[in-house]
Amino acid sequence: MGAEGIRVEGLEREFKGGIRAVDGIDLEVAPGEIYGFLGPNGAGKSTTVLMLVTLLPPTGGRATVAGFDVVKQGPQVRRMIGAALQEAALDDFLTGWEHMDLQGGLHGLSRKESRARGGELLERVGLVDAADRKVGGYSGGMKRRLDLALALIHRPRVLFLDEPTTGLDPQSRSALWGEVERLAREEGVTVFLTTQYLEEADVLAGRVGIIDRGRIVAEGTPSALKAEIGRVSLEAIPSRSEDRERLRAALAPFGKPAAHSPRGEAVRLSGGAEQLADVVRALDAARIEVAELQLHQPSLDDVFLEKTGRSLEGSDDSDAEAPEPAAA
Amino acid sequence: MPGEPHLARQIALIAGRSVSRTFRQPELIIPVILFPLILLAVNAAGLSSVTQLPGFPTDRYINFAIVVCFIQGALFASITAGTELASDIQKGFLDRLALTPARRWAVLVGATFGGTSVAIVGTVIYLAIGLIFGVTISTGIPGAVLLVALSIYVALAFAGIGSWLAVRTGSPAAVQGMFPLIFVLFFLSTMNLPAEFIEKDWFRTIAQINPISFLIDGMRSLIITGWDLGELLPCIGVATAMIVLFYGLAARAMRQRVQRT
Amino acid sequence: MSGSTAQVARAVLRRTTIHTYKNPAIIVPALAFPLVFLVAFAGGLSAVSSVPGFDFAAGYTAFQFVFVFLQMSAFGGIFSGYRLAEDFESGFARRLMVAAPQRLGLIIGYTLAGLVRFALIGVILWVLALATGMQVLGGVLDVLGIVALGALVSAACALWSIGLALRYRTVDIGSFMQTPIFVLLFIAPVYVPLVLLSGWIHSAASINPFTLLLDAARGFITGEPVKVIAAFAAALGILALMWVWATSQLRRAERAVG
Ligand SMILES: Nc1ncnc2c1ncn2[C@@H]1O[C@H](COP(=O)(O)OP(=O)(O)OP(=O)(O)O)[C@@H](O)[C@H]1O
Ligand SMILES: [Mg+2]
Repeated sequence: MGAEGIRVEGLEREFKGGIRAVDGIDLEVAPGEIYGFLGPNGAGKSTTVLMLVTLLPPTGGRATVAGFDVVKQGPQVRRMIGAALQEAALDDFLTGWEHMDLQGGLHGLSRKESRARGGELLERVGLVDAADRKVGGYSGGMKRRLDLALALIHRPRVLFLDEPTTGLDPQSRSALWGEVERLAREEGVTVFLTTQYLEEADVLAGRVGIIDRGRIVAEGTPSALKAEIGRVSLEAIPSRSEDRERLRAALAPFGKPAAHSPRGEAVRLSGGAEQLADVVRALDAARIEVAELQLHQPSLDDVFLEKTGRSLEGSDDSDAEAPEPAAA
Repeated sequence: MPGEPHLARQIALIAGRSVSRTFRQPELIIPVILFPLILLAVNAAGLSSVTQLPGFPTDRYINFAIVVCFIQGALFASITAGTELASDIQKGFLDRLALTPARRWAVLVGATFGGTSVAIVGTVIYLAIGLIFGVTISTGIPGAVLLVALSIYVALAFAGIGSWLAVRTGSPAAVQGMFPLIFVLFFLSTMNLPAEFIEKDWFRTIAQINPISFLIDGMRSLIITGWDLGELLPCIGVATAMIVLFYGLAARAMRQRVQRT
Repeated sequence: MSGSTAQVARAVLRRTTIHTYKNPAIIVPALAFPLVFLVAFAGGLSAVSSVPGFDFAAGYTAFQFVFVFLQMSAFGGIFSGYRLAEDFESGFARRLMVAAPQRLGLIIGYTLAGLVRFALIGVILWVLALATGMQVLGGVLDVLGIVALGALVSAACALWSIGLALRYRTVDIGSFMQTPIFVLLFIAPVYVPLVLLSGWIHSAASINPFTLLLDAARGFITGEPVKVIAAFAAALGILALMWVWATSQLRRAERAVG
């Protein structure tokens, strides 16, 4: 593995009271790769990121970032990395430019360098016009973008983004995706990105690790993971919502329940797409009127369901505003 | 790849940010500056008759009372400093700083500088208003300069308490909740009367060993008595001890809070 | 008063009382401040009573106790507005505003909560002062007179702060609730009787209605009541004024809620 990647072996973090937030994880991220770290609330994503950026000492295992040990070589690690942590901690009373000057200065840039680099970054995240205004007046998306720009001021080789798009509208989200992708492709920056959104990992990440309760339950490229599940799922939405129970019963013989469907029922077809005709006949026989019938390619949500027995989107405390998984 | 900037530049950058942010919140600084003045006006007028007590060191109570403003300004400023630092911790701004090469010391000293600078502004205002209303400084201009310098030094010392509480608790509300305790110490001092004029023995004993009395008496001597090393040295000593103790404690608490490797 | 006004008031009162009961620590600063003042003023400044012309039969401790007691009454009342502002921030008061048809109950409930606190701290303060040897030359009726003045001050300050809380609905307004009261309390014969004050503070204290209350209460403690009718008239007048202020702010808030 090259010098600018991430290597994690048996990493653990136990908090007071015996909570094992991170319970022995192994992973490797190649230089220039975008790694998606996917998991529900409380899975241990932020705890992992904090350990990798040297802000929280691990209680077990080891990790190197850009070839430096996160415990023994903290200062070297910090020089190589940029991070936008979960809550973009910005100062409401400072302007965008003042944040740039502070961050650049503390990273040892001269005022001139800091201005030049800052201007370039503000331009790239589309904040040139807002940069003279106090951050208190920024929208959530603007704050996230400023946070990203700040994380890049010293040209880090490895970038950590903890849920960078949570709470953003679709435009801001895809703008941020575009920038992250460009960084990896054009500048060869290694990106470690956590998210609760399957779509985000699917679109952006070269490889994905799924973490649940402090353990990695699946890892691979999004397409490999889906191939592992392999089977398409079928989603049916009844015309009358009273029919949902009967619909579930009618679909049950065709396979195990699949990732949740908000208004209907979904099953993973054990016999593949060819079963579609049988399903239609069965529904007809049961006199269930169907408003919509769709086939879905397996999604990361299915992977999560398969590996943990729980659905990501449907998990009790997951964000209500999570976007629908992409129907590939 | 850029490296670590000079320590002085780190402090200047963090202090600059702290000062800008503090002075952009007038609702934070106006009461800090105004309150001691109100108390001075009320006390100087309300207690002016005590100068008639035989042997009272000055015949103008404002000469005696003005020092209380300096100390009070320092105390309030340290509450501001502590609250600001605690909210940086709570909001994660400290983590942002911790991810840069900045030293812990630079963060600690720099982040409280906004509060300290309020005390500096306050000192100058108090002195000016005092002079307008007839304060006479027996040590003259050099004494006035030393008075301002001492006042800033004392403000730094109090800011040390604020930082320690902030780093220790990480909660602005907790910092504010602790300060009434310091107020108690403040009242049990020689702020209103010289120790010889306190009649109750237990009160006089407390006032005489109260470190805040040393600060008050030292600064007061510059105004009333003249150059008196016997009063000045204990004052400087207590302030220095406070700085060493509380910044030391704050630095230790900081190591536990920011577990940066 | 309609049934629902009383119900709302009771709900508010119960909630704040339970809150205090469950967190006894929040009463500590409220008690500590008057005690510190009492110690600092009565203990530290007793030499003041040797100033020529100072003449107060019950001694300097009693002289200062009256001030500290009335000051505590005022700040006990302000606590009501602070609680209301806090409850606005947490959403509780907004729910009450929306749900309660008789919103006067809100004002009454928070005022009573302040009075409960006043009573609690007042009792502790009296017990401590008497236990440490404060002289009271007046009789039971005189003491009741002081307590009645305190209750009126407390209720008036409660209404003042409740009005502000209704208007701004944020605890940030806390220092704005306190500062004017604080200034009013101290522009009065705090340390020495009015005759020993001179200059601007003499003029200001002479027209400050709080001076009247303070003089009357100090008269009670020496057993030689003075200015009783004027003081109670002033206290009731201020109370009425504050009631008008608080209810006008309530109506303003009602328009905002709809
Ligand atoms: N400082 C701490 N002390 C104790 N427990 C903690 C601490 N930080 C995190 N935890 C616990 O560790 C677990 C993992 O938390 P973590 O913040 O890493 O989750 P996450 O995957 O980032 O979740 P989210 O999606 O909500 O951000 C949770 O159960 C959390 O309560
Ligand atoms: Mg997290």
